[in-house]
Amino acid sequence: MTSSNDVPVPTQRMEERLYTNRYLVDEGHPHVRLRRRAIDSDELKSLVRLCPAGCYSKVERGRVELSLDGCMECGTCRVVCQATGEIEWSYPRGGFGVAFKFG
Amino acid sequence: MSQHFDAIVVGAGPAGNAAAYVMAKAGLSVLQIERGETAGAKNVQGAILYADALERIIPEFRDEAPLERHVVEQRVWLLDERSHTGMHYRSDAFNEDRPNRYTILRAPFDQWFASKVREAGAVQITDTTVTGLVRDDDNRVIGVETDRDGAPLLADVVVLGEGVNGLVGRRAGLRPELDPAHVALAVKETIFLSEEVVQERFNLEGEDDGVVIELMGDVSAGMVGTGFLYTNRESISLGVGCLLANFQETQIPAYVLLDRLKAHPSVAPLIRDGETREYVAHLIPEGGYDAIPRLAGDGWLVVGDAGQFVNSAHREGSNLAMTTGRLAAETVVALKHEGLACSAAHLARYRQALEQSFVMKDMRKYRRLPGILHNNKHLLTTYPRAISQAMQSFLRVDDVDKRAKERRMLGQFRQARGGWRHIFMDALKMARAWR
Repeated sequence: MTSSNDVPVPTQRMEERLYTNRYLVDEGHPHVRLRRRAIDSDELKSLVRLCPAGCYSKVERGRVELSLDGCMECGTCRVVCQATGEIEWSYPRGGFGVAFKFG
Repeated sequence: MSQHFDAIVVGAGPAGNAAAYVMAKAGLSVLQIERGETAGAKNVQGAILYADALERIIPEFRDEAPLERHVVEQRVWLLDERSHTGMHYRSDAFNEDRPNRYTILRAPFDQWFASKVREAGAVQITDTTVTGLVRDDDNRVIGVETDRDGAPLLADVVVLGEGVNGLVGRRAGLRPELDPAHVALAVKETIFLSEEVVQERFNLEGEDDGVVIELMGDVSAGMVGTGFLYTNRESISLGVGCLLANFQETQIPAYVLLDRLKAHPSVAPLIRDGETREYVAHLIPEGGYDAIPRLAGDGWLVVGDAGQFVNSAHREGSNLAMTTGRLAAETVVALKHEGLACSAAHLARYRQALEQSFVMKDMRKYRRLPGILHNNKHLLTTYPRAISQAMQSFLRVDDVDKRAKERRMLGQFRQARGGWRHIFMDALKMARAWR
């Protein structure tokens, strides 16, 4: 199988990619939360590359940080981290979150 | 709201809309609940609409539904890094009064379908997330709770059309969690061009004719997955999806695959100067027959993606969603007319109806396919590359004699798979998966 090193890094920044999407942000009510453990699991770390909206990033001292701005509510992180218990996932309150124009 | 309904439908995708429409049309009191600000706001698909499934629910849909183009040509492309080997099938017979397949955009399409549900007499509330099921002392499902203030909403039966990532049934223990090996992550861009440019680039006669391209091989970078390119009226839907377990193994971001595809020399000219107006991601249930969960119980039914109804071999899903929604609804309507309760025993008729329909027959036919593809990733990489090499040496005219070329081509095939025995076994496995 091809490894990630063989595949060129995308030229487009995630903000540009998500720029045309429409969101209704529910300020103060994040629908996904991290339940941190002493050390981030490999599953959680993998989301830095797996989340299709780039919501997960690695910050100082290697900890994973979550920013829900571009979340498309696909459920990838929920499925990947279901065993580790590090992610608390619910749908946004009715009407909030991503609103697809074309789907 | 203390009203009691005959049925509550969770979700306004193809499955939920089909179920709600059929029940409302038959005179049942139906409440449909959708978490998006409109139906379709949370829904993602390629998207191809298979007319037959919808025609059985709304025969005159072609007069009203927002359809993009009907499909006059199907292409299958095997990609390697710089080439594609293609099979094209185009027929004027597809230019019929009642075409069989259309490209659609799900957001406007679902809004239209949901408007038909309201016309049929159902009560529809959007902007509302169902948070859980309500049960009675005997553990029967009798309604739902939502994130709105007020008492629980009650009904004789709850139809769960909540999609692949649906949380209500899962948290209530009605079905197991998704397995990364049995679910694909797909990403897509909707790329806008003018109608005329779409027609020129795909050799189309008019604004209603369309082309579908299914992409295999290098598009998935060695993972189990495929890509697609669909022509809409004034846009192109371009996407790629692979098993989530494979993404975990390779750590390739899905959007990187999409960017590679956009840059592929066979694809780039088709989308040149297009403007991407949306980027979406979605999970697709790929577990097949063996992943289908329990489909009915006391006071509840599950339809569509929530029930894993996707035939990945034929890229069918929305038709299975509509058909499962319709058959679930017809089961409930029949029980009402007979004065029977929506108990697990009576709702088992839904499963029987599915078994008699193409839905379960097709799901069962491809039962082995998910396992075979997952354990034989080379099927999607080695062969496309070997075929491309063979085409290259076949088409290039030089001073090598033809017999030597044939020997080289056969040798490359054998070498690619490490011997004829492996190639024979691959063919046997695929034949058995298709049997």
